[in-house]
Amino acid sequence: MIPVRLLTGALLLTLGTSAVAETTLRIGIQDDPDVLDPHRSRTYAGRLVYAALCDKLVDVTPKLTYDPDLATSWSWSDDNQTLTMKLRDGVTFHDGEPFNAEAVKYNLERARTLPDSLRKSELASVDNVEVVGPLTVAIHVKQPDATLISQLSDRAGMMLSPKAAEGDFASHPVCSGPYKFDQRVQQDRIVLSRFDNHWSKAAYHFDKVVYLPIPDTSVRLANLRSGDLDIIERVAPTDVKTAKADSNLQVFNTPGLGYMQLIVNVANGEKANNPMGQDKRVRKAFELAIDREAINQVVFEGLYAPSNQPFPKDSSYFDESLPMPARDVEKSKALLAEAGVKMPVNVQLTVANNPIAQQVGQIIQAMTSEAGFNVNLVATEYATLLSEQQAGNFQIGMSAWSGRPDPDGDVHQFVTCKGAQNDGHACFPELDELLNKARTVNDEAQRKELYSKALRIIADQDANIYLYFDPRIIAMNKKVSGFVPNPDGIIRLKDVQFAQ
Amino acid sequence: MLTFILRRLLSAIPTLILVSLFVFTLQKLLPGDPVLAMAGEERDPAVVNYLREKYHLNDPMPIQYLSWAKGALTGDLGMSLRTEQPVSQLILSKLPVTIELAVLALLVALLIGIPTGIVSAIRKGTALDYGANVVALSGISIPNFWLGIVLIMIFAVKLQWLPASGFVPFSESPSRNLQTLLLPAFVLGTGLAGTLMRHTRGAMLEVLRSDYVRTARAKGLFPMAVVLKHAFRNALMPIVTMTTLLFGELLGGAVLTEQVFSIPGFGKMIVDAVFNRDYSVVQGVVLCVAIGFVLLNLLADVLYRLINPRLRNAA
Repeated sequence: MIPVRLLTGALLLTLGTSAVAETTLRIGIQDDPDVLDPHRSRTYAGRLVYAALCDKLVDVTPKLTYDPDLATSWSWSDDNQTLTMKLRDGVTFHDGEPFNAEAVKYNLERARTLPDSLRKSELASVDNVEVVGPLTVAIHVKQPDATLISQLSDRAGMMLSPKAAEGDFASHPVCSGPYKFDQRVQQDRIVLSRFDNHWSKAAYHFDKVVYLPIPDTSVRLANLRSGDLDIIERVAPTDVKTAKADSNLQVFNTPGLGYMQLIVNVANGEKANNPMGQDKRVRKAFELAIDREAINQVVFEGLYAPSNQPFPKDSSYFDESLPMPARDVEKSKALLAEAGVKMPVNVQLTVANNPIAQQVGQIIQAMTSEAGFNVNLVATEYATLLSEQQAGNFQIGMSAWSGRPDPDGDVHQFVTCKGAQNDGHACFPELDELLNKARTVNDEAQRKELYSKALRIIADQDANIYLYFDPRIIAMNKKVSGFVPNPDGIIRLKDVQFAQ
Repeated sequence: MLTFILRRLLSAIPTLILVSLFVFTLQKLLPGDPVLAMAGEERDPAVVNYLREKYHLNDPMPIQYLSWAKGALTGDLGMSLRTEQPVSQLILSKLPVTIELAVLALLVALLIGIPTGIVSAIRKGTALDYGANVVALSGISIPNFWLGIVLIMIFAVKLQWLPASGFVPFSESPSRNLQTLLLPAFVLGTGLAGTLMRHTRGAMLEVLRSDYVRTARAKGLFPMAVVLKHAFRNALMPIVTMTTLLFGELLGGAVLTEQVFSIPGFGKMIVDAVFNRDYSVVQGVVLCVAIGFVLLNLLADVLYRLINPRLRNAA
């Protein structure tokens, strides 16, 4: 009898404590973030953590429009030279410092001037920041910049405590987000805990949020299934079936912003001297030999979104009148004959040395061989790939871009003559003109027209061949409710909670 | 014995210098630029140049090596390019994890490898011997990452007895710590047990054939005493060599196993560092592992002397 009583007692005790027990949300992420300083960090994994740690001036909605966050409203001056923002009242940073116009000025200056800031190019148009009132700030730009709001919706618009930013920020980041930094064990976990003075604390329901980097996709899923994790991101398409079959799990599959493209070396050094680099008919023949939907079905279980544009379908800049060309081997052969090239056309395709990229490369190799191409597939490790491409040591490079909500970030730096990521050195002055102009126009319809013209030049030249958009697949335990997926794949924790 | 140890330690210094030089040169020969990997998707040229200057990557190679070596002598192994943490601190945070996993894995390997090795030697040619061989060979040939995932599926997802992956430090919760290390230690241990079993079996067979074992048997000693006291003790030398070598290998990091179980040890750190061209981390970890190897070799030599009186007296 006594043991039974003891047991019941113990049970009651556990029930009692669990009612007041801490709620911890455990999120499995694909890789370990780099430095936790929004102005200096570069990894996607870092952005996942910032979503809980740092507030931004504005946030981007699932429809890729912009919502107030720390800035409650904003407006451009008539000459489009000044962006005035009204700031939220009563916001404090995790260290108790107040958030105000001075803090905004400090942060934007830091992002613009810190020697190793990676936000410089994002804020390149900013001339100076003026404190108009305690909660009003005016950002003066050198030339009209339609992309600025979009930049402020990501790391460039995250607000750090000025006091903490002067010290060793990365080892103890201090922002104003709903969760504050607790501890970090490299390659193991990042722990955040509830910030009780957050301006919207009622919308955040966990005592602790733990981010655990687990690189292997199937192990990440196994952790979710065993209950060791509550949410996982970047679920592999091949794992989706398993996740959906598990009655304890729910899967969110949202079309993403990130795309894969083939970059052709047309003018970067010796390696550009081949039919592919020199004749756009050969490039068109290459594109026409590829069946994008087949790649999607074979490698991605039909879950990806094949595309011939750098803008996702959800973007208002997506051009409906530029349809994705269907595979046409006959036309491809005809183009090669017209170009009068020696058959087969030998060409080197460089891909990252991960299984997925290699598989895509092999399918392209097989498909284009039917039209008369002889593709030599070179799988290269990531860091090497970057420097080889920049040095022009490639003919066609397959590279991924994580995508931006504003169209400029998806295209300008890749295709303009002096673009930082234009590794193939393709240069079409007419295209530069259109894209430079699109940067300065705030009117959406006008802007869309400029981008549509630009997209036609890109499609005609085929120096950049877009293949597909990858979705953001997030899986979670069914007890998690309130999650709203966003094309950027970032896990926002507002209203997310465990079901009662 | 003390002079022997000191002499061995001194003679290790040139080895360590050579190792560090070799790794340094090899890394610089690798294609790929750490700064490009660090500068993010945008690769802003101004940032790229600043970072090159900041980390002295524009300096001539000998100068880069000398400044690293100067720091290393005072215990400063430089900063990680990727996370901006001191390398020595990173190593100190991973070392206990790596050592703990290595010890547990070795324990599993010894517990399986030595008894099966002895049994299959004394029962040579019987079904028991063949059975032990099959077990040993499958341990060696089953890929660790596959076994790892299968075990996770069984013990974490289906039975829910153990956590699927991750690591809890001993200081935080000893029981959780053991739970998180059980599967990885088992996976690593079974992989090594096969090698140990084969070595034990070979050494035992050789000793069992020798005259003094026949004499001991002829004296009418218990078979168990013959095997354990006379034969096994003399078969120990190659086993000790093998065990220290295996331990050294484990200290170098069990890359795949750590990856599958998300154990934050050396293996994961060095792979990430190589992919990101985080030179100082690679350099620091390799130096540390080399020191580990030197010490283990020394330990093996000391153990030889303890086991074998002839060596002890020769010194």
